[in-house]
Formats: sequence, C-alpha cells, structure tokens
Amino acid sequence: MIPSLGHFLSLGAILFALSVIGIFLNRKNLIVLLMAIELMLLAVNMNFVAFSHFLGDLNGQIFVFFILTVAAAESAIGLAILVLLFRNKSSINVEELNTLKG
Amino acid sequence: MDVKSALFYVFSALLLFAAFRVITARNPVYAVLYLVLAFFQAAAIWVLLKAEFLAISLVLVYVGAVMVLFLFVVMMLDINIDSIRQGFWKHFPLAAGIGALIALEMATVLMGGFRLSEEPKAVQKMGELTGLAAGQVSNTKELGKLLYSAYLYPLQIAAIILLVAVIAAIALTLRARKDSKHVSAGDQVRIKARDRMDIIKVIATKKAAAPVDVTGAISTIVENIAEKKA
Repeated sequence: MIPSLGHFLSLGAILFALSVIGIFLNRKNLIVLLMAIELMLLAVNMNFVAFSHFLGDLNGQIFVFFILTVAAAESAIGLAILVLLFRNKSSINVEELNTLKG
Repeated sequence: MDVKSALFYVFSALLLFAAFRVITARNPVYAVLYLVLAFFQAAAIWVLLKAEFLAISLVLVYVGAVMVLFLFVVMMLDINIDSIRQGFWKHFPLAAGIGALIALEMATVLMGGFRLSEEPKAVQKMGELTGLAAGQVSNTKELGKLLYSAYLYPLQIAAIILLVAVIAAIALTLRARKDSKHVSAGDQVRIKARDRMDIIKVIATKKAAAPVDVTGAISTIVENIAEKKA
C-alpha cells in the first residue's frame, strides 16, 4: 500500500510529541530547548508538505518556505542571546535566569 | 508493499530515532549531529512527497547554515554538562505521559480522518494547468511562479525579517574590548598641526606681598608663653 496522508500526519504528530518530551526533559539546557523547537517546526512543516501534496495545492509549500525563513531568523537571534547569556553568567542553565525577578 | 512505502518507513524510523537521540543525547554536540541526521531524513521524506525544492532548501538552509551555527555555538561555549543533566529523569514520567497522550490523540484523529491515498491530485492538477503530462511538471518552477506573483509582498516581508535578524544578532553579540589599544585612523589623518601642541599661557610668579611685621608678632607670642609658664 502507498503511504496515505494519515501516515505522514501521524509521523508529524509523533515528531511533535517527541519534541514536547524533549522540552520537558531538557528544561535546564537552553541549547537543547532551541533544538527541540526546531524539531517542532519540522513536524509542522511535515504536515504542511503532506497536505500540499495530497490536496494538490502549492500554497502549503509556500507556507513552509516562510516558516523556514522565520525559523532561521529565530534560531539566529536565539543563539545570539545564548552567547550573550553565557558571557554574563558563564552558564546556560535556564534556572539561573531569574535576574529580572524582584 | 512497494518501494515507496518501504522507503517511507525506513526514513520515518530513522527520523524518529534521530529525534529521540536529539532530546536524550548527553553531549550537546551529538545532539546537534543527530538533528542534522533528522533534517536529512525529513528532506528525503519531502522528496517522496514530490516537494523537491523544499527538500533541497531544507538541506541547504538548515543543515548548511542553521545547524553549522548551532555547532559553532555549542563548541564555542564551555558547558558544564553534569550540572545541566541534574534531574534529567525526574520529569520523565510526566513528559512521557503528555507525549504519549499527544501522539495517540493526533494519531487516532489523523489515521481515522485522512485516508486520502493513491495517486494524489497535485500532480494531475499541475499537469492540467500547464498542459504537460504528469511527470514533466517542475515543482521549483511552479513554486517560483506562485512566490513571485501572488506572494510578492510576503516575500519582501520575509526578506526584511531576515535583515532584522542579521542586525539584531550582530548588535547583541558585538562588544568593544576594554583592553584594546586601537587608534582611529580617521582621527589620525584629520589632525592639524596646531592641534598637536597646545600653548598655554602660564602667569609668571606673582610679586611678593607687602612685608609683614613678623618680628613684632613673634615677640608677643614668646611673651605670652613665658607668662603661662610663670
């Protein structure tokens, strides 16, 4: 049998669930948190591409294109903030980010 | 089972394995490398879905640029892994429960609701639009036509977002070194001869004030002391 739309959507769902688990497990490690967010975006993009293919609509692929753009900008700024954080605190532990707490 | 579904299962299994290793790897460098593997598998699956342009751009943009950036940052920072890994498995039951819930819910809905299969309409539709047979439609060409006509303004906005990201990343990480002995070349060129030396007019030593009658004052003090002693 040829993989149906449901197969691809389930793959995206499992990938999304895995990255949610990753956010729970690595709640101290900022780098792996950023990578889990990238995985989430990949899962969403997988759904978009699958729908675009099976419904015969190219607009879904255009949307993936823009998501890729925004994700690249987001990870660049996130990594810049991470470098700045490490320079000031010498650590990337999320629990030490309580400087703004009163 | 034909070749396409076999390839789909192989790529999916590798993708899920790589994603699992990303979130459990002890060393962040390994996590980044497994994420690269995951992106490659996702690109392969997108090729199966006939989205060639996006598959190539995923490899070029993500593996070529973003992942290299990640790798650079991970290797540049000196991370103490042990302190970060503390309490790693503490939240595992909660995380596994929520993850399984999400996956099961979505899988039941999706597998039940979307049994679309067989020859997808995308290829046929594009073939009808362009008047070509199903195998001759170029994904990149169609995407480019759509992107530069209907999506022209969103494309400009995406370009501006990228520009903002570049400026923000540079502005965040740029810092002036405190111990730098840097001399501005522009200031050196622009300087005039009269700026090099300042002539300050110093007032000569003032004339001495009118002499005071010192001896008389001293003699009265001496007399006072002599009285106290007596």
